[in-house]
Amino acid sequence: MSGIIQHINKAFDNRVRLGIMSVLMVNEKVDFKRLKQLLGVTDGNLASHIKALEKLNYIEVYKTFVDRKPNTSYSATRFGKEAFKKHIDALEKLIHQQK
Amino acid sequence: MDKNKYLEDLQEIKKLMNRSSKFLSLSGLSGVFAGVYALLGVFVADYLINEKIVVAVPYTRTQTYLLVQLLGLAFVILLLSIATAFIFSYRKAKRQKTKMWDETAKNLLFHFLLPLLTGGLFALILISRQYYGLIAAITLIFYGLALVNSAKYTYGTILYLGISEIILGLLATAFPGYGLWFWALGFGVLHIFYGGIMYFKFDRK
Repeated sequence: MSGIIQHINKAFDNRVRLGIMSVLMVNEKVDFKRLKQLLGVTDGNLASHIKALEKLNYIEVYKTFVDRKPNTSYSATRFGKEAFKKHIDALEKLIHQQK
Repeated sequence: MDKNKYLEDLQEIKKLMNRSSKFLSLSGLSGVFAGVYALLGVFVADYLINEKIVVAVPYTRTQTYLLVQLLGLAFVILLLSIATAFIFSYRKAKRQKTKMWDETAKNLLFHFLLPLLTGGLFALILISRQYYGLIAAITLIFYGLALVNSAKYTYGTILYLGISEIILGLLATAFPGYGLWFWALGFGVLHIFYGGIMYFKFDRK
């Protein structure tokens, strides 16, 4: 039991961070506006959670200009994807164990 | 411990993965309606073809005239089906409180249209060179490939519809001369069948 608990990743404890990673697992690149729309959170909230994931090297940031306006998009790193997969596996195992 | 939280987390992950990568505003009713239009179209086409044979005008002129009529008919059915799909998707998106035109819609459309337009142009070029024998087969096969190619970006049912269309297209290749009936099956019956499945599985809530 404790072995599995170890794989539960604290970084994904938060719903917004969990959401960001879920979206980035199945989409190559997603910009800020779309993330905000999908997750239904405020700018500040989203930005702070993105920062946290960025610090852990789970996501990468791309800054470009679209129609002369700055546009920021994000993608999950390989490291981040692996970490998230492990987290999902751990969640599944925990649920099956307790049944 | 937090068993419920873990379960909720997993459900949230699945929901977000689906919603961010799949176009979920597609309605099964679009398929049912497209199928009905197609069956009506086949009915009219059958009438036109049998009618024209007895008309006493020079043969080649009748042929061209009939061809224009049939192409026009096909075009009208295509437009009606697209318009219907658009209206139902718009309504469903509104009900789901999501935007209809987003990344998932763009992805779906791109992967759908690329094989479809290829097949459409291929068929039109063949018609212009007066090779009529395989038109039904080609349209069914390319339509099936377009569906398979875009199934990843919407409901999985589309994959099975696509595979069915491809099989039907191959059968149509093996049995030339029955094009209209294969069309009735592929664009009519299959649309109604799979559209109905989608409607009962995903729309009626």
